[in-house]
Amino acid sequence: MKHGYEHYLSQTAKELQPSGIRKFFDLAASMDDVISLGVGEPDFVTPWSIREATILSLEQGFTSYTANAGLLELREEITYYLKNRFGVQYNPSNQITVTIGASQAIDLAFRAILNQGDEVLIVEPAFVSYAPLVAIAGGTPVAVSTSPANGFNVTPEQIEAAITEKTKAILLCSPNNPTGSMLTKNELIEIAAVIKKHDLLVVSDEIYAELSYDEDFCSVAAIDGMYERTILINGFSKGFAMTGWRLGFLAAPTEFVEVMLKIYQYTTMCAPNMLQRGAIEALRNTYPEVESMRNSYRRRRNYVVQTLNQMGLDCHVPGGAFYVFPSIRATGLSSEQFAEELLMKEKVAVVPGHVFGESGEGYIRCSYATSMAQLQEALKRMQRFIESKGVLAEHQSEKVKTH
Amino acid sequence: MQLSKEEIEILKIIEENHKLPIESIALMAMCSEDAVSAAIQKLEQAKIIMSYPTLIDWSKVEGQEGVIAMIDVKVTPKRGVGFNEVAERISRFPEVSSLYLMSGAYDLSITIEGKTMNQIAQFVSEKLSTIENVVSTTTHFMLKKYKHDGVNFNSGNEDKDRRMVVSP
Ligand SMILES: Cc1ncc(COP(=O)(O)O)c(C=O)c1O
Repeated sequence: MKHGYEHYLSQTAKELQPSGIRKFFDLAASMDDVISLGVGEPDFVTPWSIREATILSLEQGFTSYTANAGLLELREEITYYLKNRFGVQYNPSNQITVTIGASQAIDLAFRAILNQGDEVLIVEPAFVSYAPLVAIAGGTPVAVSTSPANGFNVTPEQIEAAITEKTKAILLCSPNNPTGSMLTKNELIEIAAVIKKHDLLVVSDEIYAELSYDEDFCSVAAIDGMYERTILINGFSKGFAMTGWRLGFLAAPTEFVEVMLKIYQYTTMCAPNMLQRGAIEALRNTYPEVESMRNSYRRRRNYVVQTLNQMGLDCHVPGGAFYVFPSIRATGLSSEQFAEELLMKEKVAVVPGHVFGESGEGYIRCSYATSMAQLQEALKRMQRFIESKGVLAEHQSEKVKTH
Repeated sequence: MQLSKEEIEILKIIEENHKLPIESIALMAMCSEDAVSAAIQKLEQAKIIMSYPTLIDWSKVEGQEGVIAMIDVKVTPKRGVGFNEVAERISRFPEVSSLYLMSGAYDLSITIEGKTMNQIAQFVSEKLSTIENVVSTTTHFMLKKYKHDGVNFNSGNEDKDRRMVVSP
């Protein structure tokens, strides 16, 4: 071609950074027998009754489009779910849209609210998609860094300091990927005060809501005065072990949903009919399975956090999701070096913290959504690795004593 | 028996995997190793933990395949001789691997494990049917085990980790 391909590509698209996760995936995927703590998805297969309801819907021939916003029956189930579980009330006919994963819901939210140059505060370390999705929608992502001193939770002061004339919205994700940290109701109330004071919107990614271990999950939309300024995003991927299904949903005041639905109808039409029928079964009948998966993650979290601390990698106790985010500063390595060397020497895959933003440097993300047998072996190898780096755990000989 | 939250947690952990070392159980349940040992000892003594069976699929081991039969037994409960007494008698035979009192068309359900079909036939005709109060027996041979005690014997793919090595 006359000008080469560069010339034809969109400036925004060209400027997007490839995900650091992708890069690490390519490296790990090229090796055999790797124990992976790098996965961001459940190790459970979707509960059988959900799969069965989907198979049945195919047998019955439900193969057509559904309403753009999703099957009304599913939207009604989502409404009950949000009301019963989190105490937020929406109208299924015009305030809920079923999307292709939470991913698409986040994209729709930014497209619906952002004008060129609008700033969105992103609490970091953060899920890799947020900043690029803001950029794709024409906005400017502004990082708000958090630290373990505060359990990786953002404070009202940090938000206040990052707000400018151009700030339109803030993205909150609790429980968080990659830190697993969770905002309590009281923390949310304080954050909400700042948000209201500056008249911001909140895009609330609640995809890990079902995976909170020590306290009840609180939705931002349930806080006084926040409902009208929140786009709530959730889905089936994590809590129901349905990542491959690509089903999520959003809930928001009608005015937002109408605009998001316009974009959705032109780009996607609707989520797959038969999978939506599986999702109805998920919300109706799989509470015991979800609880049992949650309990299993909680036990593994306890094991992993304490074992990492014993071996000398400082790790806060995450309240939710299935990640731990220990500091690797004691080794003197950068997170990229640590992850790469650990993979090469011990064949354990973890994700270097810097891919989740600058404040993630010095940490690694380990997912404990992996069998106890694999976790035990992976941690044994990590211990050997950090010992080879001369890190000696202060408390190594001291057994954990709790109450 | 009323158990503490911690004891129930320990039971759930070892029900899933009784081979975990005490240290790991303690970390998972967030209590001390001493507490785990003490709890397990108490639960064993109280016969809440009955045993630690190893589930073996003998059908996969050549020469060890064995035969399993389930037998429905009708019993006349004579005066002074309730079901319990007959059941206790039957349960003493080593061939009997389980025995339940049932509601419905028959009274006792027995599972017998033997080396050969002949051995089972012999047990039924010589030992079981000759017991006083046993009115009739119906023997069903088990052809294949798909699931036992919550464990899928045939599961192939489902247990494999098919996830990508690294993902968001
Ligand atoms: C914080 C967060 N939000 C959204 C997603 C994407 O979820 P979905 O599979 O529903 O698109 C992920 C997946 O890793 C995530 O960690």
